[in-house]
Amino acid sequence: MNDTSNPSGRNRREFMKKGSVLAGGLIAAPLLSKANFFSGADDAIKVALVGCGGRGTGAAMQALLTKQNVKLVAMADAFRDRLDDCYKALTAEDISDWSGVKGNVKAKVDVPEERKFTGFDGYRKAIALADVVILTTPPGFRPIHFEEAVKQGKHIFMEKPVATDPVGIRRVLAAAEEAKKKKLNVVVGLQRHYQNSYRELYKRKDLVGDITSAQAWWNNDGVWVNPRKDGQTEMEYQMRNWYYFVWLCGDHIVEQHIHNIDVINWFKGSYPVKAQGMGGREVRKGKDTGEIFDHHYVEFEYADGSILNSQCRHIKNTMAKVDELIIGTKGKIFCGAAKITDLKGNALYSFDRKGENNPYQAEHDELFEAIAKGEYRFADAENGAKSTMTAILGRMATYSGQMLSWDRALNSGLDLMPKQFDWAAAPPITPGADGLYMAAVPGITKYV
Amino acid sequence: MKSIATLFLFGLSLSSPQAQEKPFDHYQFDIPGTAFQMSMRAIKGGGFLMGDTDKKPVSVSDFWIGAYEVTHDQFSAFYKDETITQGSKVDAITRPTAQYIDLSWNMGKEGGFPVNSMSVDAAVMFCRWLYVKTGIFYRLPTEAEWEYACRAGTSSTYPFGDNPGQMDAYAWHAQNSENKYQKTGTKKPNGWGLYDMLGNVAEWTLDQYEEDYFTVIGPNAKDPLVQPKTRYPRSIRGGSYVDEPADLRPGLRRFSEPSWNQRDPQVPKSRWWLTDGMFVGFRILRPKLQPTKEEAEKFYTLYLGK
Repeated sequence: MNDTSNPSGRNRREFMKKGSVLAGGLIAAPLLSKANFFSGADDAIKVALVGCGGRGTGAAMQALLTKQNVKLVAMADAFRDRLDDCYKALTAEDISDWSGVKGNVKAKVDVPEERKFTGFDGYRKAIALADVVILTTPPGFRPIHFEEAVKQGKHIFMEKPVATDPVGIRRVLAAAEEAKKKKLNVVVGLQRHYQNSYRELYKRKDLVGDITSAQAWWNNDGVWVNPRKDGQTEMEYQMRNWYYFVWLCGDHIVEQHIHNIDVINWFKGSYPVKAQGMGGREVRKGKDTGEIFDHHYVEFEYADGSILNSQCRHIKNTMAKVDELIIGTKGKIFCGAAKITDLKGNALYSFDRKGENNPYQAEHDELFEAIAKGEYRFADAENGAKSTMTAILGRMATYSGQMLSWDRALNSGLDLMPKQFDWAAAPPITPGADGLYMAAVPGITKYV
Repeated sequence: MKSIATLFLFGLSLSSPQAQEKPFDHYQFDIPGTAFQMSMRAIKGGGFLMGDTDKKPVSVSDFWIGAYEVTHDQFSAFYKDETITQGSKVDAITRPTAQYIDLSWNMGKEGGFPVNSMSVDAAVMFCRWLYVKTGIFYRLPTEAEWEYACRAGTSSTYPFGDNPGQMDAYAWHAQNSENKYQKTGTKKPNGWGLYDMLGNVAEWTLDQYEEDYFTVIGPNAKDPLVQPKTRYPRSIRGGSYVDEPADLRPGLRRFSEPSWNQRDPQVPKSRWWLTDGMFVGFRILRPKLQPTKEEAEKFYTLYLGK
């Protein structure tokens, strides 16, 4: 099937509902369940989970652990086994690892067989059944899923990054506008925005004067590898080992380092206008580590000339550091240490760690509270898209070895997604005869 | 309730005549494949009054215990040992998975800083790795062994007396640590040559945390152990660099809780690492009476599942 061409899959009742909300004049965010458009008397907020991996399961758990009356009603994943593992975790007798007390949330999970959807197109059916959707598949699919969820008029929690290429970014930006018009709450899992220490630092950012430069790090060992198994098609293999393929993951500068880059954008209040950098593959050379780099170093420049030096590395036994440092005319903000000093190192502010929260839970607590109250409070999609774009810009700079402007990158038309979503279809990149994938080579790889 | 508490270690100590010939003395050993040593202090067992305020008689057998908290350098020898698998769900011995972010939180790694942020599984797996590499059975201390070692034969509020004002000489705590752990062994040791028992990083023990510990272990317990049944709460001893000096007491008990891993956003949460337990570490113990191979395997299986 061609997943991007036909948006008409939603059912008639859903269409009617959307029509009614629009006719109601958008006085508030669409408070879906209480209007009883769906399945009768139950006034729980209905949630659909699209993407049932480790993070999706975690996000669903957090949604079910909020104080609101929430019910998981549908699940979708490309793979049945991933969906089953997720269902098992959510319906476990004891989730005390999560909640701290004996007990479970299984009464809030109402997903019979007919509301479990697999394959590439299950998301549409799952989204149609819910008031709120959780989008936690590999990031390449996010624009497709976000667009559909907005089209169907749902509130949304979606994980970062929100795309892997500029064409995807444009789709998300357009859908974000639509979501604003419809007053759909959208929270993006850039959870530092929901973390007390970062919020307190942000409130006091003027203590450091004008921000002139910043450093951002995500250096560590890297992540899991899912080696190829007998009988897998190339598409299935890439979907299982998705971290190592740019169309699915975006490269680690996009998939992880976005967190740190986004913090700088947030504190800076803007997005870079250009970038140049370097990167490559020192250790990621095997058949199961696809095409992504294992290190990037990017110099991002903002409109006022201030610079973000951004580094990310996935190489074992090297210095590990995940942090941000913001330098202003009067002082420095140390995000990891949660303190602000003057330029001589004297403390201006220090966050009391006892006041730290669980930002992943806070995202859901705040989102579901707003939805329960019928309030429109969250419009994270635009920043999510622009911070994702910042990281993509960095990747395009390191892959090509060229200086690239934001506008040129965003308008490049770079589209990495497959033309056809099917287990038998060829993904956009396939291995050579030696089983290896061709990675970008600076100076040779051209992006625009 | 003596049975669960004591049967297991009792079972261990019944057997195994080996390793008796050597004199019972302090020693050092090289961590295989590295330039790092571990220093073990011989502790003659005996009876003592255990507890913070409500004290009860308890006794422990002879053991050696690490003079220092296990450091990042030492733990890395295990963590970076490429001869064994990483994060395996089937192998009996496997290395912890990679940390999603850097869980030393920039407090220091190379050069003798205590390793931190690990789960009790990761700490016990380190012991099992040492066992495989050296043939000597190591494990974590029980609560009773830990407190016995910390008191070092004293019965005062603190091992050095009753005045917390002296704490600065012995421990890294909230008032002198600048909110970071510090290199091990940079303060004075207790009377038995053990460094950083109080403060710096808090230390894992083998016990499930029971509020009513003395009831569970029964009167005059010998080598008590409250065998764990659940991941939380486990007993933690010694306090850490975030605690006030007055709270660093040999008998003060703390327990682990799920919030120590609250920022792990995945299901299931990491078996190996704690996102919010940066103040937890451990030291190792070698019982003088070594278990048989079967008993050692039984012990590790009990704690690690296989």
